[in-house]
Formats: sequence, structure tokens, C-alpha cells
Amino acid sequence: MIAYILRSLAQGVLVLLVVAFIAFSMFRFVGDPVANMVGQEASLQDRQELRERLGLERPFPMQFVIFIGNAVQGDFGISYRQARPVSDLMRERLPATLELAMLSALFATVAGVGLGVYAAIRRDGFLANTVMTVSLVGVSLPTFLIGIGLIYIFAVELRWLPSFGRGQTVAIGWWTTGLLTESGLKSLVLPVLTLGFFQLTLIMRLVRSEMLEVMRADFIRFARARGIPERTIEFRHALRNTLIPVVTIAGLQLGSIIAFAIVTETVFQWPGLGSLFVQAVQFADVPVMAAYLVFVATVFVIMNLLVDITYVVLDPRLRGGRTLAK
Amino acid sequence: MPEETTDHARPVVDTAHGPRTGDVIATPAARLGVLARAWDSDIAFSFRRSPVTIVSAAVALVMILAAVLAPWITPQDPFDAASLNMMDGFTPPGEPNAFTGNVYMFGTDPQGRDMYSAVLHGARVSLVVGLASVAFSLTVGVTLGLVAGYLGGRTEAVIMRVADVQLSFPAILIALLVFGIARGVIPPAQQEQATLFVLIFAIGISNWAQYARTVRATTLVEKSKVYVDAARLIGLKPFVVMVKHVLPNVTGPVLVIATINLALAIIEEATLSFLGAGMPPTQPSLGTLIRSGQQFLFSGEWWILFFPALALVLLALSINLLGDWLRDALNPKLR
Repeated sequence: MIAYILRSLAQGVLVLLVVAFIAFSMFRFVGDPVANMVGQEASLQDRQELRERLGLERPFPMQFVIFIGNAVQGDFGISYRQARPVSDLMRERLPATLELAMLSALFATVAGVGLGVYAAIRRDGFLANTVMTVSLVGVSLPTFLIGIGLIYIFAVELRWLPSFGRGQTVAIGWWTTGLLTESGLKSLVLPVLTLGFFQLTLIMRLVRSEMLEVMRADFIRFARARGIPERTIEFRHALRNTLIPVVTIAGLQLGSIIAFAIVTETVFQWPGLGSLFVQAVQFADVPVMAAYLVFVATVFVIMNLLVDITYVVLDPRLRGGRTLAK
Repeated sequence: MPEETTDHARPVVDTAHGPRTGDVIATPAARLGVLARAWDSDIAFSFRRSPVTIVSAAVALVMILAAVLAPWITPQDPFDAASLNMMDGFTPPGEPNAFTGNVYMFGTDPQGRDMYSAVLHGARVSLVVGLASVAFSLTVGVTLGLVAGYLGGRTEAVIMRVADVQLSFPAILIALLVFGIARGVIPPAQQEQATLFVLIFAIGISNWAQYARTVRATTLVEKSKVYVDAARLIGLKPFVVMVKHVLPNVTGPVLVIATINLALAIIEEATLSFLGAGMPPTQPSLGTLIRSGQQFLFSGEWWILFFPALALVLLALSINLLGDWLRDALNPKLR
């Protein structure tokens, strides 16, 4: 088990190094970092000093090592556009994105598992079929159109919920939260629905098909033969065995949550990392782009690791020191 | 690992694809020529059997035709400022304008631009980007997949590892990064003309990995078959074997991925343009139109956003359904 986890850790570090190298190459070769940082009237001498201060005169591998060293400490240089340290910008916007992503993941998992189990138990029922059809249509709609549709219904026509921003936030240390005020909570509803919708349909379909599969297994038939009530079989025997692949897929879906967060944050003008990244792309603000890339890769690697560990916890067969060939 | 299919596991009778020389009894279709034989084939049969597929094929065909013919069938050139009349601005769909009395089927935007013309021209741009980027990722992916599957060894390991890493990142993120880098590299004066090509490259490069994976898997299966050995034995070069013998046998799965990817590429382009990292307002795609229509949603001019959005959904959905059908029709084992 430890070997298994160590190996996925090693793979994760390798992926991070590759991504860091791409980020570093972007920083180094896209545009001239010095020209981007100083004004038009800077003298040649000023430029030379800056080059030396940034370490651009050192050999390339050395620069990469320094970049990694800085990145580990969270230092990604200064945003070209906003002239502020990238780490400050990221830290300001991190809470907004994390709250949005976590709540969306929670919403998608709870509603997705619930609806999936329902659709499996009441197979061919009217409501179950309706849910499945709606989910099919939902998958084909682009995220930004779902967001715009929700804004039109709930913000423009019904005027129930705000259409942009985080509302009032409360600062706890450097963390700002929208969970403690009414306007903050109201502002969260539409973005969370938009962001969670795709994951919800995915998890729901997965749970349904897995559950139908498990319900045909021998141990379910034996459980029925023993006279165990149907509800107990469904939730204690079947659901538990359904959840193993669901955890994997749901965990790995975090990547798409982040990708859709870019879109959702732009639709709702949510002050998070995604909209920061989109602005950086529009203005070719390379340090911000590089930092975001490294951030996303780190999240990916951590999630992969967590999924691997959860797997071991959920599936007792993996515990006996055996490693699982992928 | 892909499943190994041996030749003798397959049914020998294959009359559905037309009789070959040596067939003693000619089926009725054989006497009727190519068209009738196509009508009689497996694929045409499954097409006739599925109403959803017929409807989506019709929708896709109508939209593609309308987009291709846009310059000739639309009443105005929406991006020629001289043909626009500001007095026509904000005309609701189907109602006569308060000042000019002109009626527009899809309404007009604030500059008096006919939304019907704008949507058709926008769909044209969306389709061009979609088709070109699919062609690009198909070329890159199929080439790398063939090479990886046929050569094996270290080449394969490197190509497939890169594909694995790229597949775990969302395509939209990669496309945004590429777009941002291009913004930094291309001088500002040329950016507007270059955008179309940047988009095709960005979307194409973010989707090649799937082709590479599928083609590699199919190549591995094909490589172990006798006809490849035979081709090698008579002294053909690896390149010739790959292109003339292996490649024709991987076209089925590639076609399926390409169709579904076309729908995804159109949505990806719309998303990028919507985010402001895509086509400029002077040469808008459906995504750009949706982006500029969004601001009028709050003031009640819903049609500026609605018709581009509807066109996008219909286009993507019909192509998607066609792709699903093609997958099932080409590989009945999947269902």
C-alpha cells in the first residue's frame, strides 16, 4: 500500500516538474520580461540592472532551479498588467474560487448520488426517465449558456438572486468568505448550480449504471435469499460497492470543475482565480498565466493522490501490501 | 490493453458490403448499381431505422448549407458598416421597426444589424474553425498514434506519456494557454488577422491526444495480423506499410472521434470567443455574438443573444447525435 502511494507521489512530482518547466519557458521566452516590466523611458543601464536582478544573465538550467525555488515559496514574480506580486493576486482570489468549487463539488456529489440511486431503483419509472432525459440535454449545453439561462430566469425575470459578484464577504484573517452573509449566500446559488450541473449529470449516470450492474451480482441475490430487507440491500450492500468507481471519477473530475470554473466565473463576474486567468490570457500577462498553470497542476496532483488513498481505504483488497497494476 | 481480435473469430459472410468477385449468386442490389447498394448497406439501414438520426442529419445539413451559402442568402452583409441603418436598431423579431417599418425575422442589434444575417455569418466562422481544428488535430493525432503503435519502444512511451498528461488537463485550459502565449508572441498589429489561425491551432492542439490513443490501440491490433507481416516480407518500407496498409483499417474509429470532436470543437471555439479569447467583434463567430448579446439581456433585448445561442446549440447537438449514431452503426458490439 505504501509502495503504491509512493509511486503515485513520484509520478505526481514528475508531472509537476514538467508543468513547472513549461511555465518557466513561457515566462522566459514569451515576450521580453524586462521590456514588460520597465517603462519606455528606462535607460539601458536600468534594463541591464533589472536583467541581473532577475537572474536572466545566469545559465538556463540555473534559472530554472531558481524559478522552482521561488515557486515553492509561492513567488511567481510581478503581474505585467496590474504591477503587483502574482502571489498577492492569487491569494486574494483563492477563497472565492475554493468556496465555489467546493460547494459545487458537494452539490454535484450529493444530488448526483441521490438521483443516480433513485434512477437505478425506480428504473423505467416516469420521474427516473425524465431525470435521465434532462441530464442528456444538459450535457449537450455549453456551460456558459446554462449560466446565462439561469441569470435570465432567476435574476432578470424573477429578480430573486443576484447575477454577478460575491455579494458581501466577511474577512477571516486573509481569507474572505461569502458563507456568513445573506447576500454572499444568495450570490453563490447560481454559480454553484452552473458549475455543479455537468458534474451532477456525470455522477448521476455513473451511479445509475454502476448500481444496476451491482444489483445483478451474486452477493445481492444471496442477500435477498437471506431475507434482508430491500432497502438495506440497496443502501448497505449495493451503494457501498457502487461508490468505489464513483470516488475515482468524481475526484478526477476536479479538473473539469476548474475548467468550468473559468467559464462560470466569467459569466457571473466572480472574483476568483478563473476570471484572473482569463484576464491574463486576454492581455498576455505571462507571470499570472504561469502561476495559474502551476496552481492547477498542483491541485491535480494532490487530487490524484487523495483518490489513490481513498481507493485503498474503500477497497479492502488493496490493503494487504499488494500493489494494483493500473 | 486493447482486445485482440483474430480474423477467424469474425463471421465469414460479409454480403452486406456488396458481393465480391467469386460470389456465385448476385444479390438484387448488385444489379442496381452503386446508389442502390449504398442504400442497402448496414449503415444506411441503421440510419433509416433511427428517427433521431434522420432529424439531426437534416438539421445539421440545413445549418451547414445555410452557413456556406450565407453571403448569397442573407439580406445584408452584417459587417459592412455601409449597409447598416442605425434607425433599425433594437427591432424585435418579426415586428416592424418604429421608425423605418422594416421587419426582421430575428430582430436587429443596436447598430441595426440583421441578426439573421449575423447568425448565418457567425455559424460560418464557427464551422470553419471547427472543421479546420478537427482536421489539424486529426492529422497530428493519427500520425503520432500510427508511429507510436507501429514503431513501439521509446518513441511510443514518450508519445503516449505526453498524451496521458495532456488528456488529464481540460482542453479549454490548454487552448486558453496557447491563445495567451500567442497574444504575447504575435505583434499587436497582426493579431486580428491571426486570430482565426491561432484559434484553429489552439483548439486543434488541445484535442490530438484522443486520436493518438485510439489509433495506437487499433494499430497494435492490426500490426499483429498476417497481412502486415506479408507486406513487410515483400520488403515494403515501414512508412508504406503504415500509410497504405494499416491506415485504411483505422479510419472507422477515427471518423467517429472526428464527428464527436467537431461538435466539441465548435463548443470550445464558442466558449473561447465568449470568454473574450477568441474571434474579435469585427469577425464574430457564434460565441462572439453571444458575448456581445449578453449585455442586452438585462434590458429586455433577448433576441440579440437568443438566436446565436439557439444556432450554436442546434449545430452542436445535431452533430453530436450524428456522431453517437455513427459510433453505434460502425461498431454494433458497443451496444
